[in-house]
Amino acid sequence: MKVIEKSTLIGKRIAKLDAPEKAAGMTRYVHDLDLPGQLHARILRSTRVHARIKRIDTRRARALAGVHAVLTAADVPYQRPLGVGKDQLPLKGDKVRSLRDEIAAVAADTEAIAEAALALIDVEYEDLPTLTDPADALKPGAPVIHGETLASPAPHDALKPGEPGDAEAHRHNVAMTFDYAQGDLAAGEAESDVIVDDWFRLHYVTHCCMGVSGIIAEFDRSGNLTLHSNTQVPFLHKREFAEILGMDPGRIRIIQPPIGGGFGSKLDIYPFEPICVFLAKATRRPVKLVFSREEEFIASPTRQPVLLRLRSGAKKDGTLTFRDCETLHDNGAYTSWGATTPFVMMQTISSLYRVPHCKYHTTAVYTNNPYAGSFRGYGNLQATFAVEQQIDELAEKLGIDPLEMRLKNAQDPGEITPQGMHFQTCGLKECLRTAAEVSDYRARHAAALAAQHSPQRYKRGVGMASMLHVGGGAKIYPSDGCGTILKIDDFAHVTLITGASEIGQGSETVLAQLVCEELGIPLDTVSVVNNDTDITPWDVGVHASRTTFIGGNSAIGAARKAKAKVLAAAAKTTGIPEAELELRAGHIVRTATGEALVSLAKLLRSLHFSDKAELVMTTFYYEPPSKHQDKSFKGDVSAAYAWATQVVEVEVDTDTGVVRLLKVTGAHDVGRVLNRLGIEGQIEGGIVMGQGYAITEDLMVDGGVVRNPGFRDYKLVTAPEIPEMEVRFIETMDGEGPQGAKGVGEAPAICIAAATANAICNATGVRIRELPFTPEKVYRALHRAGVPAGPTGGD
Amino acid sequence: MSLKREIGFLLNGVETHATVPVDLSALSMLRDLLGLTGTKYACGEGECGACTIVVDGVSTCSCLQFAVDCDGRTLTTIEGVAGDPLGAKIEQAFVDCGAVQCGFCTPGMVVQAKHFLETHPQPTRDEIKRGIEGNLCRCTGYVKIIDAIEAASRADR
Repeated sequence: MKVIEKSTLIGKRIAKLDAPEKAAGMTRYVHDLDLPGQLHARILRSTRVHARIKRIDTRRARALAGVHAVLTAADVPYQRPLGVGKDQLPLKGDKVRSLRDEIAAVAADTEAIAEAALALIDVEYEDLPTLTDPADALKPGAPVIHGETLASPAPHDALKPGEPGDAEAHRHNVAMTFDYAQGDLAAGEAESDVIVDDWFRLHYVTHCCMGVSGIIAEFDRSGNLTLHSNTQVPFLHKREFAEILGMDPGRIRIIQPPIGGGFGSKLDIYPFEPICVFLAKATRRPVKLVFSREEEFIASPTRQPVLLRLRSGAKKDGTLTFRDCETLHDNGAYTSWGATTPFVMMQTISSLYRVPHCKYHTTAVYTNNPYAGSFRGYGNLQATFAVEQQIDELAEKLGIDPLEMRLKNAQDPGEITPQGMHFQTCGLKECLRTAAEVSDYRARHAAALAAQHSPQRYKRGVGMASMLHVGGGAKIYPSDGCGTILKIDDFAHVTLITGASEIGQGSETVLAQLVCEELGIPLDTVSVVNNDTDITPWDVGVHASRTTFIGGNSAIGAARKAKAKVLAAAAKTTGIPEAELELRAGHIVRTATGEALVSLAKLLRSLHFSDKAELVMTTFYYEPPSKHQDKSFKGDVSAAYAWATQVVEVEVDTDTGVVRLLKVTGAHDVGRVLNRLGIEGQIEGGIVMGQGYAITEDLMVDGGVVRNPGFRDYKLVTAPEIPEMEVRFIETMDGEGPQGAKGVGEAPAICIAAATANAICNATGVRIRELPFTPEKVYRALHRAGVPAGPTGGD
Repeated sequence: MSLKREIGFLLNGVETHATVPVDLSALSMLRDLLGLTGTKYACGEGECGACTIVVDGVSTCSCLQFAVDCDGRTLTTIEGVAGDPLGAKIEQAFVDCGAVQCGFCTPGMVVQAKHFLETHPQPTRDEIKRGIEGNLCRCTGYVKIIDAIEAASRADR
């Protein structure tokens, strides 16, 4: 008798299914695709920050040999507004509002010819007064970015929170506002023994996907449009594209080649995408449009820069009493997802710790700066930067250990916060204790405090920060679901057809793994199809750390249906009741003994070729049990919540202001580890992205001009600079999660800047509330505060 | 039309000829003329390492080298890496150690790793970090890439 023991893939270190192709350089990204007859496109962008377009002359460009089309706004009268705010046309005809603005586009035989043609387009501008400091946007007499009259203080009450401003709001440079309140702020202030009140300034950074933006558009003779696109949200974008182009969405097919990095940058539609479609339509040829790296820096989205004022109070015993937060978001010239980051920011303000009284207000104002999109963490890096610094400040004022202060106010499982978030699982206290213990936080914190006033040049310190983020999807669209089609062929090979997109994060591997776990089959018998809207079932997109949770539950649902069908057939064949059968290693086995009864392949063939022939194909649609927030932003927006605490150890060179991250210790409540290799990779990558945000990265926007559009001057973290990392997983086994797992993609990037600020303060006694912690900024802050210079001096 | 020149070189062990405009980069020649798309464009100014190839034993950003300067030389690209045992070992280590996420930096990283291990057969982790200093990765935080190169250096050679 052949016996097959029960085994599991959950928690194992599983190599990504797409890794062999990628490691061999055989993966074909959009940049690597060429279609027969394809033309190449380039876009002419504004050279002015804010100007009226008086005249565009394309005659010389059109006359250039090899040029097939030159388009301006006048050539595409059918174009419609695009993006989250629907406040821009793909091609600008009357006015430019930022340097990235698209004025004309060329399709030519080669990229070089298209580039040469751009130089032959003459544009005459009439400069307008510019608005590049968001603090000026609401002042009377400020230049108006959208609208014609002069701005006066905005009538905030007239705006609907969380929705794009109307024409009246635009006349006051207001793009969007958010307001949230819980409890009674005055009561909270009255019962406070200490109050801290600070301003925080968060800067521009950008995604820096290694693969630059690109798209290929082609029409067939029946008018069907195929897009080879890097989008993270193919299904929603079908409809968006249809609106912009005035087409039937049913005639749009989106194929996603493997994507060279996403991180939230591909959540909105950007002008270059419909522009490429216009060119394909005009030339009746496939058209490919790929950015240069400089263009990627100038014309792809950024993280939202924020000016944030936070007031927090606490009682003598450390109990938090209230939080009052007000932010000014620099929206840039147009409205994309960056304007909506307050959705996430207010959750951290209201619910990362227990706060009875809370008020939150955001105004996002138009300027002539680059416009911000969504970026891994989605406002949470900014909110956590402020909240976690003030926890340390309050603890210091009260003479309470910062860890104790956090534990005292930390959420527990089962908690329903005043904002309505229900934490069915919550490992925050365990995250706090674990991160502190593994990093030896208490002893190191105390030692650094004691050494703060010693004269040595290099000072070390530790800082801690925690985070709360959605971990079970985020119900911001009418549906937060994902569909799966699963088929098992007559060789027991499974094709998993899922709506969930792979953007390098490893979703196809984890989804295949979950299916194998249900069906008891080896990983190499699964193929995943996830990149074609004509084939894959609907999904809301890759965002909000949702794919493992939502796509995973969907895949499991389809696999369970297939399993039920297979076991029913097996019961009939073997005469053993279904309840006593199981699938293991590609066989039907008797659960009690492990005896292999028949191979899955053989059983499937007998089903397929029997008189009542049948195929095993199932479908499943998973919609999480989360709820839409009400108009006051209250509600349980995610089916599960992720938690983490990170401790950062730094060394500060007080002579030069250079801050080095020595070690990051992370404790992450991930529900359950599914693929250990994959989840470690997500955490390590997130930590280093957080390090870049905290210390090295700074997109310098000066008078509306990006001054450092290249990797030479925009500093990504390189290998020698990474800290030592030690990560612990807290497995809270979420009841809603696939095999107990929660989302993790965004979490690891969120705490680093806040923890680094606390560590610098622990080392030097100086608190810096502005990012990034460049040597110059740290040096100035230390010397302003009179931190004793090292033996080699300083001023 | 720009001036063109006939050149010949050894590419991944194969005698290769091409007619190239004098202002064409080696990267564009590989990708657009020869169809070897494993070598990636990601910055065009020698800052990111995604286009790394080996020219006469020297690791080179192919975006900064003119195609005409390949004349008479020996080139190895990602497509030629798996042809030798060390290269195959490195590719497998990248897979097994989780060094690949979006994969866009990976070909340049693998070529650089092979070049590095040929000159540093028994490196420390710090030496590996220095060895890939010129290659940017936005996804992994480098840890698993360093793991992979270390694993490849330890595997039976």
